[in-house]
Amino acid sequence: MDFQLPEYNLQLMLPEIVLFVWALVVLSFDLATKRKSGSAVGYLAMAGVLITGIVLAFTGHGQGFGQMFVADSMAVFFKMIFLCAAFMAIGSSFGITKDKIVNHRGEFLGLMLFSTVGMMFLASSNELLSLYVGLELTTIPLFALAAFFKDDKLSVEAGIKYLVVGAFSSALLLYGISFLYGLSGSTDLLLMRLNLAASALMDYPKVAMVFVLATITILAGLGFKLALPPFHQWAPDVYQGAPTPVTAFLSVASKAAGLVAFAKIMVIGLFAYYDPFVAPIDWGMLVGIMAGSAMIVGNVLAVRQTNMKRMLAYSSIAHAGYIMVGMLAMNELGLASVGFYMFAYMFANMGIFAVVALIEERTGSAEIPDYGGFSKSSPFLAVSMTIMLLSLTGIPPLAGFFGKFYVFAAAIRQAGSDPVHQWMYWLVGVGLLTSVVALYYYANVIRTMYFGAQTDVPRIEFTAPALTVILIGVIGTVVFGLMPNVVVEFASQIPISDMIILP
Amino acid sequence: MGILSSLILIPLVGMVVVMMLPKDNKWAARWTATVFSAVPMVQTIWLTWDYFFTKRDMSGLASSLADTMAYVEGPFEWIPSLNIQFYVGADGLSVPLLALTGLLSLISILASFGIKERVKEYFAFFLLLEAGMMGVFVALDFFLFYVFWEIMLVPMYFLIGVWGGPRKEYAAIKFFLYTLFGSIFMLVAILLLYFNTEPHTLNILTHIENGSSLPYVLQMVCFIFFFIAFAIKVPVWPFHTWLPDAHVEAPTAVSVILAGVLLKMGTYAMLRISWPMFPDALQSLALWIAVLGGIGIIYGALVSLAQKDLKKLVAYSSVSHMGYCMLALAAYNSAQAISGVMFQMVSHGLLTGGLFLLVGVLYDRAHTREIAVFGGLGVKLPIYTSIMVFFSMASLGLPGMSGFISEFMVFVGAFGASSVHPYMPYITGISVLGVVLGAAYLLRMVQRVFLGPFDMSKWGGLTEMNIREYVTVVPLMVLTLWIGMYPKPLNNLVSATLENLMEYMAR
Repeated sequence: MDFQLPEYNLQLMLPEIVLFVWALVVLSFDLATKRKSGSAVGYLAMAGVLITGIVLAFTGHGQGFGQMFVADSMAVFFKMIFLCAAFMAIGSSFGITKDKIVNHRGEFLGLMLFSTVGMMFLASSNELLSLYVGLELTTIPLFALAAFFKDDKLSVEAGIKYLVVGAFSSALLLYGISFLYGLSGSTDLLLMRLNLAASALMDYPKVAMVFVLATITILAGLGFKLALPPFHQWAPDVYQGAPTPVTAFLSVASKAAGLVAFAKIMVIGLFAYYDPFVAPIDWGMLVGIMAGSAMIVGNVLAVRQTNMKRMLAYSSIAHAGYIMVGMLAMNELGLASVGFYMFAYMFANMGIFAVVALIEERTGSAEIPDYGGFSKSSPFLAVSMTIMLLSLTGIPPLAGFFGKFYVFAAAIRQAGSDPVHQWMYWLVGVGLLTSVVALYYYANVIRTMYFGAQTDVPRIEFTAPALTVILIGVIGTVVFGLMPNVVVEFASQIPISDMIILP
Repeated sequence: MGILSSLILIPLVGMVVVMMLPKDNKWAARWTATVFSAVPMVQTIWLTWDYFFTKRDMSGLASSLADTMAYVEGPFEWIPSLNIQFYVGADGLSVPLLALTGLLSLISILASFGIKERVKEYFAFFLLLEAGMMGVFVALDFFLFYVFWEIMLVPMYFLIGVWGGPRKEYAAIKFFLYTLFGSIFMLVAILLLYFNTEPHTLNILTHIENGSSLPYVLQMVCFIFFFIAFAIKVPVWPFHTWLPDAHVEAPTAVSVILAGVLLKMGTYAMLRISWPMFPDALQSLALWIAVLGGIGIIYGALVSLAQKDLKKLVAYSSVSHMGYCMLALAAYNSAQAISGVMFQMVSHGLLTGGLFLLVGVLYDRAHTREIAVFGGLGVKLPIYTSIMVFFSMASLGLPGMSGFISEFMVFVGAFGASSVHPYMPYITGISVLGVVLGAAYLLRMVQRVFLGPFDMSKWGGLTEMNIREYVTVVPLMVLTLWIGMYPKPLNNLVSATLENLMEYMAR
């Protein structure tokens, strides 16, 4: 038999390779300078991310390692998000690398880069096992990062919690994946999709129970990663305890990675089972319930929070809910809207966390009441934070608004085009009503900064990298709100159109 | 660049310029803001002039709605993948309101010279607000409309929240939440319309032309959703509860804008969007709209009667006066009623703007607005008193002033609209009581504040209005008298457009 080696196409993997090597360089640079690298190692890491971004831009599309590694529009789009998030997270971590983690700068930044590499692999994997490996490479460095302040109880608690929950959810996911492999006989997503669709049509009663089990375990596993209720309880504690740049990275990049995994397994792999006519269990409805409860739980619980990071944790749960609404819309707007929403969310959230980190370094507090009078002592930071908070609320013409508009447009289109999915109108209703609730707690921060009693807040000095991050956040929020077209064009290439053809 | 875009852009540029001024120089911020709002005002006057003398016939003749727009800019591609366009236009419906916005913005900025804290930020927000208002009145694309509709909430929130009265935080967030709550319904309606037309479009004019071919249920849903959004802004009873809070806490100039322009956006949007777009739904719901309007008139007037605070009194009188608009809007097939809406909008903008300015003048001096503590001010402040009485009389509908004309048209139109619903004359008959109650609360206020014994020891230090304050109220008085004595020009200005829109409403 003529055995043919698969086409490796190693050049497609160049961005990942560059970043991986760079992470090693960052690690060893810190060691080579005998832990005296100062902020140089931070700039080095930022440069690495930037160079990877450039390399990514010049790496074409294609498939490598047979079909296991694909570089398509979706992968490139999400890799851009990961890289931007990493860049901004590193930029806002200069304060803590200067003062708090003096002896482990290299590890801190290196782990962050490793995690980013994992996300990038995840975005390109076209097969369940490499997808799982990518997911693990993403989360394991994050466990360590969450617990990086080893003398701080909250940080250690965050690390342990995240480790336990993360390991548990990975196990669940793996369990589900093994079922899927058993049902379809393949770990290749496209092949799996075909086989599953065929088995759904042909011997449905035989596979029904196993399939239900597989769906539920996978949804639980991914639900933990995305912090969708009822699997969200870990998020507030971890977000509060982890170092602020890590929290930022968790809330954006790790969330985006979870979304990619979701899109790959559920939207691509289990496409046929979205339809209640075909499937024993309509995972669309199930995820719809999770998304709806995410929007309600996240937004309602955020109202009562007094700690900024906890509040943002709940708000990130809510945003995951909004994103899932777009994910459930299986039309040409669906994944594109998810991509855009994530993009807009990234700018706003990373920027806000950068401001929060600056304040925390100066005053040692992330409590919202301590922000009183902040608009007088540091007007620029207050204005930036206000703009980004309004973007998260969804006030036009900021990017967050267009994200919401796009997501709900996709959902309404789906609800209107297919009578089976009319329940998505309810999802849109829940989403919009809860976004009014969201206004209340976002505005609460603005209110404290601007209207509140003028406590003596010291002027916040900021470093150049932090300023860069905040400027990127604000400019991205405003520019992509006024001209979303650039990103929309890019995002709408995400190939949902060829996914939608039923096998 | 066309004139309509510049109406939006100039205040925005002004905002940036004001923000870049040095922090300590308060006068620089004040005069810069004045200049950047004076330019749009001059432009709107020119627009009104030009429309009146050269373009107003256009609005009646054309076969398609796009041709009735006397001034059009666009459509330019903005977000092509969703077919979102930058498309603005103005016709007889928007031109008077643009002029009102230009005038009241300048007046409000002049009236804000007394602001002493965070002057720069105040005027920056004010100019952003002006840009948003101008945008709403010219937008012809749903997305654009929504953007302007929402963008105003932010400066308004700050203007009330930072510079407002004792309960400013509550009032600011209440205003923000209420309006956003309404807006999300509008967003859903917009998306529903978008996906139910082929090809998908957000062009308001196209939707108006296709509106009557939509299925009845969709028309009803969209109509009701739009109605909730617009009714909160107007505000229609029972959505009005944000208004008294916002008005009482807001600084004087913001109250003027709020009552003079923001409330008009609700009625404008009804006339521009939901009324002509969903004729079948309008027909089904006209009675209920009239009932809400009638309740608003009576309720607003009764609550005004019970107010102890001058500003709250004027605020509730707005609820009552906007009720007239709703009553007339329900009589959608009567030319008098629909013109009456326009008259009432303009007239209420002038009168309530004037009343709020005057209450502000008194508050600046006496630091209280409580009716009971005053008395006999006419002795000490004769000119102020006569101006206040002038606006009160106009507001209660004294013939010869704009309030009378508009109320008269509203009632005549609504009374004769029995073809809309046989109950219309009865509802109108009951609503006329609002005029009597209006006279009661305004006269009672005048009596208790300006007549009677004067307490020299307490209010001896009050001074007459200064030049700047005259400058702010006199234009409003002139226009009030002009419309009251000679309403024909305003009627001619709007009639062609309204007749054209009414054809769509009565499809």
